[in-house]
Amino acid sequence: MAYSPELERILKEKGIKVGNRVRVEKNGHVYEGLLMPRIEVGDEKTLIIKLDSGYNVGIKYEKGVRIEKVGEGKEPGKIPRLKIRHNTELPDVVMIATGGTIGTHVDYLTGGVYMCRDPEEILFMAPEVTEIINLKKALRPFTLASEDMTPDEWKTLAKLVAKELNEGAYGVIITHGTDTMHYTSAALSFMLRNLNKPVVMVGAQRSPDRGSFDGAMNLICASHVVKSDIAEVVVVMHGTTNDDYCLAIRGTKVRKMHSSRRDAFRPINEMPIAKVWQDGKIEILNEHRKRKEGKVEADAKFEPKVAIVKAYPGSNPKIIDWYVDNDYKGLVIEGTGFGHVPTQPLKKEDSWIPHVKDAVERGVFIGITTQTIYGRTNPYVYRNLRLLNEAGGVHLEDMLTEVAYVKLGWVLGHTKSMKKVKGMMLTNYAGEITKTSDPRSFLY
Amino acid sequence: MDYSKVGLKVGLEIHQRLKTHKLFCDCSSDMKGENRILVVKRKLRPVAGELGEVDRAAMFEYMKGRTFIYEVFQNESCLVELDEEPPHLVNQQALLTALEIALLLNCKVVDEIHVMRKTVIDGSNTSGFQRTMLIGLDGWINGPRGKVPIAQICLEEESAGIVDKRGKEVVYRLDRLGIPLVEITTGLLEGYTPEEIQQIAFKIGMVLRSTKKVMRGIGTIRQDINISIEGGARIEIKGLQEIGLLKDVIEKEVKRQLSLLEIKEELRRRNLSVEEISDEVLDVTDVFSETESKLIKRLVSQGNKVYCFKLPKFAGLLKKELCEGKTFGKELSDYAKAYGIGGIIHTDENLKKYHLEKEFQKLRELLNASSQDVVVTAVGKQEDVKKACDAVISRAKQALVGVPEETRVVNPDATTSFARPLPGGARMYPETDLPPIEISKKLLDELSSNLPESVDEKIERLKSMGIEETIATKLFLSEYDELFEEFVDKVHPPFLANLLVGITRSVKRETGKEVPADVVRRVIESYVNGLIVKEAVEEIMKELTLTPDENVEKVIKKLGLERISEEELVRIIKQKIVENKEVLERLGDKAEKALIGMVMREIRGRIEGEVVVKKVKELLGQR
Repeated sequence: MAYSPELERILKEKGIKVGNRVRVEKNGHVYEGLLMPRIEVGDEKTLIIKLDSGYNVGIKYEKGVRIEKVGEGKEPGKIPRLKIRHNTELPDVVMIATGGTIGTHVDYLTGGVYMCRDPEEILFMAPEVTEIINLKKALRPFTLASEDMTPDEWKTLAKLVAKELNEGAYGVIITHGTDTMHYTSAALSFMLRNLNKPVVMVGAQRSPDRGSFDGAMNLICASHVVKSDIAEVVVVMHGTTNDDYCLAIRGTKVRKMHSSRRDAFRPINEMPIAKVWQDGKIEILNEHRKRKEGKVEADAKFEPKVAIVKAYPGSNPKIIDWYVDNDYKGLVIEGTGFGHVPTQPLKKEDSWIPHVKDAVERGVFIGITTQTIYGRTNPYVYRNLRLLNEAGGVHLEDMLTEVAYVKLGWVLGHTKSMKKVKGMMLTNYAGEITKTSDPRSFLY
Repeated sequence: MDYSKVGLKVGLEIHQRLKTHKLFCDCSSDMKGENRILVVKRKLRPVAGELGEVDRAAMFEYMKGRTFIYEVFQNESCLVELDEEPPHLVNQQALLTALEIALLLNCKVVDEIHVMRKTVIDGSNTSGFQRTMLIGLDGWINGPRGKVPIAQICLEEESAGIVDKRGKEVVYRLDRLGIPLVEITTGLLEGYTPEEIQQIAFKIGMVLRSTKKVMRGIGTIRQDINISIEGGARIEIKGLQEIGLLKDVIEKEVKRQLSLLEIKEELRRRNLSVEEISDEVLDVTDVFSETESKLIKRLVSQGNKVYCFKLPKFAGLLKKELCEGKTFGKELSDYAKAYGIGGIIHTDENLKKYHLEKEFQKLRELLNASSQDVVVTAVGKQEDVKKACDAVISRAKQALVGVPEETRVVNPDATTSFARPLPGGARMYPETDLPPIEISKKLLDELSSNLPESVDEKIERLKSMGIEETIATKLFLSEYDELFEEFVDKVHPPFLANLLVGITRSVKRETGKEVPADVVRRVIESYVNGLIVKEAVEEIMKELTLTPDENVEKVIKKLGLERISEEELVRIIKQKIVENKEVLERLGDKAEKALIGMVMREIRGRIEGEVVVKKVKELLGQR
């Protein structure tokens, strides 16, 4: 329970456990209530007591404080579960829970945040889902917050999704932490070849303990999308700050654009595929692959020695050398504007150009994206862009940096031939490159 | 009424807004609402309780299927209020004020404060919970019968203000959400009269005011009242803004509970069992197809449905007055209203007035209802009206048990209306986005040595200046109490107190306007500077309240109320003596009084009455 060792010893001696009813006497004042665990922060010598009013208070344990057990109290609550009713009339959907806010549960007694173990726990907050789809199977390959995901998890997910789709699932819903959801959606977009059914990623920006939990609506809308004929990897999250509709955004054209808002996930450089309402209405706004028969292939080969490097005023190009020296096979440089790196005519030793050139000569692929997020890179408009281009940097059209990074790992998993890598990086595999720039898409 | 005999028990929760920015962000608490920058539409979902069951009150609100609309005002709400950003660290000034109040109320301050989330899903908090923290426990203040227990003091965020309810949409403004509130909960007050309980509330209000760090004006202080009587039930009454109504609210609630107990007895006498009250509700819209009632006609033409049911053996009871301003029928109607329909119409009412006699006769036949039974109808949207009828039937069944526990809201006439069932327990859990706050002994010592004068001390001080306790109390709660301290050395204190409490009130009554503190100050200044006399204060204050931008000297001149000199007075008296020589001589002993009257008529309000009396005596004596 993370009290100080001394306090833990005293509590142990008195046979006091978290949840027990205790009586604490201090300076002639008596506090009675349930002993709470010390969660993460605060003074570890301060006892936390939940009073009968429901309030928690901290009582500093010091000389003269008396604590005794006066009752058993309560066991910390169990995570509530939805008893899932199966309706075989509805399409069979497989749900994969990976972690993140949408998969957490706040224990109302202790305030402890726990990861839900399975979809029955997650769906407790969105029982409507079971009236839209038949939850054929619920899987939990791992439970990780999204910042802890690695390419290995992407591979695991891709294989699992392909297997389930090939074994008859009508579609797959993946619950995921939001921070890196757009990396995973990109990875699945590349790894799932011949995708013929919806793979819907969904998360939450507000925790499920509160009435304003956004994940319920997201899950409901995700269930409608998984039933649709949108045979793409999509992210389904709130479209606005209102609880009105969700957006289904292509997995390679989506980005978390706000640290906390519900509508943080935005389409970049194209329109969302669809707007989705809780009642099942779907308004298609963009092209997408259609649901069809066939087998999905999990092409999950991935080269982990790839990295993102950001170029900015005053940045040191030697960072490229470090990656090259450490055997990296490809880098995505997030340049400024059209995809510039500093060329430093007045201080040539700080120019990025020789370092890029050197990397390319040593067989490392250098892709260029833009830190403006929106818009397309261009190797020709300015002379300095041409210098970078001549040095071997490849401007990656309007591909998002994160998507380019994921794609590069996937491409390098298939070939180390620089010529082929370049060709593949500029080939549109999963909607990651748009041919035309839709004027409506900026700040959509 | 002998309140100890009925077993009156009351608990007060007093909520006071603090004069500082919002509790968990830097937005202003001014509530100017000048520039609406956004309107947001949200839903709230019922959440799991501690043991996985869904909170009773929370579920009730959910069933009503409401949509919440939030109006956002520039500088007065940000992403924190919109539930789109985690709370910032607690407002330090608000925390210090809450600690100060805890010390003034003799509370034990906790060593470490934990911010909690209290589930609220009526939409008044965008998040679905209110953040609140317990600051201190087990205090007391002096009351009418010795020490009054103060159970706890909390610091919490104000809820959003409701603007409108239209059908299932509820509109709130976010400018109020997040304003720091101190909540003071008294211990159980037993053996007090409603009058005394009101005094206690006033006293707590005074303590809050004494910090000078609390907001003033309408809505800045609000009370919830828990009331029960022997054989009745615990009722939570929410949102009383006027402390002066507290006594009436308590009295009416006691009467209401006693009347409900009488109804229970009467139903028993009538041998009604709960099984006899049928849940059957009929759609009888057709019966009203040719109604003469304009109201029903209009409602039906808008696509609403008329539903009807019977309450067996209830005849006459819906007419019964529970307390002044509230019949049992009106009480039942409140339950229907909770589902967003207009109310109920029933056979204990004057149906002639509504032109509905024919239809109800037909309904009696349809429902097979005798004259002992009451037939009830409700009109509304199909999806609401059935639920509304169910709620009324379920409430009628509770009449057999007595008083249902519930949360009620105060009406302007001190009656109350059903709002929702009492919330169940287990609504409070830790705010995981904020660290606990350690309160050091050093900080408390520092605060303790800088506390303002206590209310008891101040009242004693005022009493020693010759000011009555009731006036002192009112002064403490008035908006002008700071002016008292400002001028107490320059103006005779009892007059000053009367000016600030009595004269301002009568000016307010006559002009229908609040008297601005600045007007009061300017009037006192002209008095202190000898421009006017006491007697002219009210007239001038009245005129200035109506034209606050006017120069005070101009107003004095305009009203002809400049103070005159004693020489001028002597001249006037002498003139009157000469002019009325014969009359005065004839009056003999009564001449003095008559002369004073004559002089006063001419110069009323321009010199002190005592001076006139003195000079008249002198001059008459010289004659």
